[in-house]
Amino acid sequence: MSDTPAVLSIRELVKIYDFIPVLRQLDLDVAQGDCVALLGPNGSGKSTLLRLIAGLIKPSSGTIEIGGWQMPKEAAAVRAQIGMVSHQSLLYGNLTARENLVFFARLYDVPKNERDDRIAALLEQVGLTKRAESLVRTFSRGMQQRLSIARALLHSPHVLLFDEPYSGLDQDAAAMLDDIIRHTHQDGQTMMISTHLLERAQQVATRVMILNRGRVVLDKQAVAIAEHQLASVYAQAIADKIPSDAPQPRIETSVEPAS
Amino acid sequence: MKTGFWQVTFAILRKDMLAEIRSRELLSVMGLFALLSVLIFSFALEMDREARETAISGVIWVTVAFASIIGLNRSMSSEREQGSFDALLLAPVDRSALFLGKFLGNFVVVLLVGLILLPLGTLLYNITLITPWVLVILVLGIFGISTTGTLLAAMTAQTRARDALLSIAMLPIVLPVLLASVRATTSIISGDPTDLWISWPQILLVMDVIYMVLCFFTFGFIIEE
Repeated sequence: MSDTPAVLSIRELVKIYDFIPVLRQLDLDVAQGDCVALLGPNGSGKSTLLRLIAGLIKPSSGTIEIGGWQMPKEAAAVRAQIGMVSHQSLLYGNLTARENLVFFARLYDVPKNERDDRIAALLEQVGLTKRAESLVRTFSRGMQQRLSIARALLHSPHVLLFDEPYSGLDQDAAAMLDDIIRHTHQDGQTMMISTHLLERAQQVATRVMILNRGRVVLDKQAVAIAEHQLASVYAQAIADKIPSDAPQPRIETSVEPAS
Repeated sequence: MKTGFWQVTFAILRKDMLAEIRSRELLSVMGLFALLSVLIFSFALEMDREARETAISGVIWVTVAFASIIGLNRSMSSEREQGSFDALLLAPVDRSALFLGKFLGNFVVVLLVGLILLPLGTLLYNITLITPWVLVILVLGIFGISTTGTLLAAMTAQTRARDALLSIAMLPIVLPVLLASVRATTSIISGDPTDLWISWPQILLVMDVIYMVLCFFTFGFIIEE
């Protein structure tokens, strides 16, 4: 999709759960600086794809290569290139925001002399400097998501993965998250965002990819899709691949309800 | 590319201890359970001194075993609740270091509960439980329970019936450790000659090494899918 060399390269990726194929022979290249919106109905394989890239689950077959390192052979090296923000915060409620970041900085071996400055800069970036010493369990869902982004960026990953990051966020918190995602992307960060929110996806992404039943059914630059046309493009892409007797997927264009 | 083994182990231990000191979630629940259990046994079993000497070891070790099940379950399911265990798995770290860090945290907390139980048992049963050898047996027994418990809690934390499953899976496996610990403790507090019971701590030590080696090397395979 781009002339820039691929930072993430996936070949013939297959994932089968209990004899049910969730991803089927998926090929994908993501160039440095791309922001890919991963769309698709529930069960299309979005989260599975992100968890495979993150090394949280193993593929049934196929290869995943990030920054020249291959999964699962060089799993630790690949993991060092990945940051992940999920719909869960992946944080510890009984630790403060700073303690959480210090803990993850140790896990990712962020050099000791850079640790404090890096944590301070990230807390500033996500607007949580004033709450650095507050326990995470006292944070709102939106604040936890922002801190989650700081956690994911701590080790300067090559690729940042967002798995349904807007889930449970109100309009203001989602807009704030959009701002952080946009700024992070402007800094040259490569990203993949799985979401059901088409409008938000089109606003932040440079590339739109639609998955259905484990296959890529559409892969286009975001600018190639006219504004406000994504919903119809999405419906068309999904409908083309679904038998006429199957239930039509739900199309969401607004913020997801709290989970 | 991997973060240093000991750096990860101590980061996890430190994080667990900090969270526990702040919330006292595990210690308060396990401590209260231990207190109630010893109290109920002391009221239920009205016995002469000899019978109490035999029973107290069983009471202490059954209480330690069940308290550790409560604690281990809580410790691992709190990792799963916010998905923070995924965050640990995302990091470029040795899975065995994750195990060792979690094990050490669990071991310290269960040992603290055991250390609370000894003076409590001494007070309620009027039998001296605080002796150097009983402490050695306590450390060895809890070590064995915590190794298998940490591994099994990581496995069952993903299931719906984790509370019941951990007990069902763990008790048969730690039974040899419990039996050896009970036998050794009974002999020590009865004042039996050392050569009659010294083989029990030796057996416990061997079992601890076997459990640790098995759990240390299988943890990675078990938690990844």
